[in-house]
Amino acid sequence: MTEHAKPLPVADADTAPFWDGAKAGKLVVKSCLDCGKAHFYPRALCPHCHSDRLEWIEAKGTGEIHTFTIARRGAGKAFEREAPYAVAIVQLDEGPRMLSNVVTDDVEAVRIGQRVTVVFAEADEGVVLPKFRLAD
Amino acid sequence: MNPRQPVIVGVADQPLVNGMTPDGATPLAIQARTAKWALDEAGLSLSDVDGLLTAGMWGVPGPGQLPTVTLSEYLGVFPRFSDSTNIGGSAFEAHLGHAAMAIERGVCDVALICYGSAQRSERSRNLGGRAPVLTMQFEAPFGMPTPVGGYAMAAMRHMYEYGTTSEQLAEIAVAARAWARLNPAATARDPLSIADVLSSPMISDPLHLRDCCLVTDGGGAVVVTTLERARDLKTKPVVIRGFGECQTHWTVGQMPDFARLIPAERSAAAAFAMAGVTPAEIDVVEAYDSFTITVLMTLEALGFCKRGEGGAFVTGQRTAPGGAFPMNTNGGGLSYAHPGMYGLFLMVEAVRQLRGEAGERQVADAGIALCHGTGGTLSSGATVILSKD
Repeated sequence: MTEHAKPLPVADADTAPFWDGAKAGKLVVKSCLDCGKAHFYPRALCPHCHSDRLEWIEAKGTGEIHTFTIARRGAGKAFEREAPYAVAIVQLDEGPRMLSNVVTDDVEAVRIGQRVTVVFAEADEGVVLPKFRLAD
Repeated sequence: MNPRQPVIVGVADQPLVNGMTPDGATPLAIQARTAKWALDEAGLSLSDVDGLLTAGMWGVPGPGQLPTVTLSEYLGVFPRFSDSTNIGGSAFEAHLGHAAMAIERGVCDVALICYGSAQRSERSRNLGGRAPVLTMQFEAPFGMPTPVGGYAMAAMRHMYEYGTTSEQLAEIAVAARAWARLNPAATARDPLSIADVLSSPMISDPLHLRDCCLVTDGGGAVVVTTLERARDLKTKPVVIRGFGECQTHWTVGQMPDFARLIPAERSAAAAFAMAGVTPAEIDVVEAYDSFTITVLMTLEALGFCKRGEGGAFVTGQRTAPGGAFPMNTNGGGLSYAHPGMYGLFLMVEAVRQLRGEAGERQVADAGIALCHGTGGTLSSGATVILSKD
């Protein structure tokens, strides 16, 4: 990877189903068969009750902006040309929070509490990143 | 008092010129000479050292992967106790607690805590270009500015929940600068106003450039031994009264509560309980100031004000020289120096205040000091409470 290429996720045994799901247009998260809570990022044990009885579920892809920032300079050379852009913590309706981008032409209008919907954005090398747009 | 009561008997830090080590010293050389200075002032030498503690970001991948092993080799000492706990910039407050336990238990007699960094000279601050593996695969691909973005998200949420303002955050940077103006060793000493902070470029909303710490070289050392041994040494011992630590997350998306600093709440509760003192008894506070929001959330978590009231608490230059709440009296990471990990400097300044050596910036009658380190992205906290003998 050169300094100017955007970093791509290095999928592993814990996370491959998540990235494969994104490629297929699905947002999948792990959920616990014992306590019933979903979690993100995917782990071998439930971070809420530490059970190892977990399943993958498809999330609705809807949620709310819990907090966010506008990167005015970009994270390193790879993101310099994109700035300003919005990085947000999205709270999915299933409960877990995930860090992503709000894809918008007007970063100044992004606010905490706004409803968002997942969009699947193609990155380099066929990788697909789940991002979010403001809900209609 | 217990003859094996752990005390600090030596401190030192590397003088900087424009935020850089003037002779281009390596992180190892900076640690070696500041260690020598800190031992010298106590009347000890490197041959007395049998405990070695360090953390850093130098030499990775490479010799920095085993930092105490590399440093003991470089110094020519064979420690029987070592600790390279790395929980971010708060590691050094954690080290002090660990050194205190080792000394009290008789595992070692003279512990040396070190830090060195040449990040400014080497331009090595940017860790970009490394593939995001394991947990970081969920952050780096989205252009998360690190570490400022996580602090910015916490500030945004704190503003949303409690109405905290950019002006209130700026109060913290302005107060730190006022202290730095009293400290000839500080890096940034030009006058700074709230308007200056607010008109500085936005880096990651809502944090401006002047809400962010400096990027400098630097290093230092802290020497810990027993009270019994300290009776024969040259410095006035500073007693380690209490300590605590906690960590919750590193990946920003996993921060349990964006408007609340849980690691600091827990580490401070442990330290206050061990010391048997209350927040009202603390005379001087050294609180890790990577960003202005770090301080505001720390003050709430340590119990100096209620949750959500940090903004009101710092208003009116309360933490500045002459204010009711002296804090970050060397100028802090915002104006003194910030060589990547700042925690060691909190303790160096607290010791100088408790010994009454702080010159123009001396806090009158400073008897009890609290240092609180924050590491990672509001990830870890470590608190130490120190007092005069």
